[in-house]
Amino acid sequence: MLIKTNAQGFVHPVPSEITSRAAYQSRRDLIRLMATGVAGAALSSWAAREAFAQSWTPPGQQAALSRGKTAVSGALSMEKVTAYKDASTYNNFYEFGTDKADPARNAHTLKTSPWTVEIEGLIKRPGRYALEDLLKLSAQEERIYRLRCVEGWSMVIPWVGYSLSELIKKVEPLGSAKYVEFVTLADPKTMPGVGSRVLDWPYVEGLRLDEAMHPLALLAFGMYGEVLPKQSGAPLRLVVPWKYGFKSGKSLVKIRFTDKQPATAWNKAAANEYGFYSNVNPNVDHPRWSQATERRIGEDGLFTKKRKTLLFNGYEAQVGQLYAGMDLKKYF
Amino acid sequence: MQRGEGKAAKPLVFSVALLPFFYLLWAAVFDQLGANPAEALVRSTGDWTLRMLCVVLAVTPLRVLTGYAALARFRRMLGLFVYFYAVLHLLSYSGFDMAFDVADIARDIAKRPFILVGFTAFVLLTSLALTSFNRAIKAMGAKNWQRLHKAVYVVAGLAILHFFWMRAGKNDFAEVAVYAAVLAALLGWRLWRYLAKVAGSGKRSSRI
Repeated sequence: MLIKTNAQGFVHPVPSEITSRAAYQSRRDLIRLMATGVAGAALSSWAAREAFAQSWTPPGQQAALSRGKTAVSGALSMEKVTAYKDASTYNNFYEFGTDKADPARNAHTLKTSPWTVEIEGLIKRPGRYALEDLLKLSAQEERIYRLRCVEGWSMVIPWVGYSLSELIKKVEPLGSAKYVEFVTLADPKTMPGVGSRVLDWPYVEGLRLDEAMHPLALLAFGMYGEVLPKQSGAPLRLVVPWKYGFKSGKSLVKIRFTDKQPATAWNKAAANEYGFYSNVNPNVDHPRWSQATERRIGEDGLFTKKRKTLLFNGYEAQVGQLYAGMDLKKYF
Repeated sequence: MQRGEGKAAKPLVFSVALLPFFYLLWAAVFDQLGANPAEALVRSTGDWTLRMLCVVLAVTPLRVLTGYAALARFRRMLGLFVYFYAVLHLLSYSGFDMAFDVADIARDIAKRPFILVGFTAFVLLTSLALTSFNRAIKAMGAKNWQRLHKAVYVVAGLAILHFFWMRAGKNDFAEVAVYAAVLAALLGWRLWRYLAKVAGSGKRSSRI
């Protein structure tokens, strides 16, 4: 471990090396005190803002969801977490409308209990799994991931969940299983957008089995230390941080293991614009716009230039080997 | 219309037309534009350009249908408000979205031809705004001036194409359809009137 390479990704400190909260806080207090004394009110408010840049508290909007630390490499971004208000009011969830403010307005009709997920296809243990059992299937962890939307904006979100691989191991895929298909809820009674012809409902997404088995692929039940708000895909959703956001299906009702590449919703709508892989890639533009840059929601001011987008959304060290030898321009 | 009444009407219309601008300014300063203020400003200034365009194109049909000749006096001011919101729209896009980086804007236009359509409409609107004062009318002659200002019909077509193309990405045309219907009605009325006039004069001449 003396020579650190990219392959190791983000190296985590051992718990004993982590600064205690009290010590961290007192240092911050000292900085703020100095700022107040030395540079006056203007600088002090700036220092205070910087001091709290990385901290966030559960917003108190949903039921708390207890979670532990993660041991997965690269799963804790050190970037500033997006404000909960932005993350919960600026959503693409077309089942509740195409405007990004629609889901927060309309998703209250979604019934998340009782909830079951049908797991079927090329596995040894198919069946209907109740949400309560899925919640307890593996230890819930906090993961702070970057989220890059195909539209050119991004956020940093603290999710709660466990690696999708934990579930996959439990249901024991057969040797013939090559892909995983995720089917999301399409209930015209509670979802006003399902009546529209924008997409072919239900919304279907998919991953190659080895992608789905990657420890960063997360089955999420919560965010910001609480259960998912409905507009963010309650009660459970997928989060694949190195792919564009639309690959991460919300409000999952079915997970199917197949030997054929699933026909995914956006790919069916416009195959030349949305590929099956849809890995975040600044070098492969969307046919109608550049993917080289992105706007970080809540952080980049009105006059700030957009920031550069990173290959695999910055998770290249962790997931790059999944695509070794593949032409990423062809398999976009 | 009484003379005094007319005097009050112009400042009133002027103030009302400025309300969206002041609302957006207020919302930007007090962070009321949601999670993505840049996008919100680009889109709402575009929306208001289109709405103003509908309003100014409604002046003549309203004047003819109601026989309220005084309405014509608002036409120039409302037309300049179309330009005002178009300028804000262009500035919002090039400033908030592109940070005034000309090379980036050029690349973006190559990627997104609908921006070129919008820009063409803006150039046409500029020529109308620059020739909107009385001396320009005199210098050009009323006939030429009128011919040039018919370009507003082309602007309407380009504007709706720009909006349609922008929304095509989401397959979401509900809002586009509303504006297209309003503009089609306003332009269709003119076409119908023109055809009726042509037919009418044709009949007369055949009688002679």
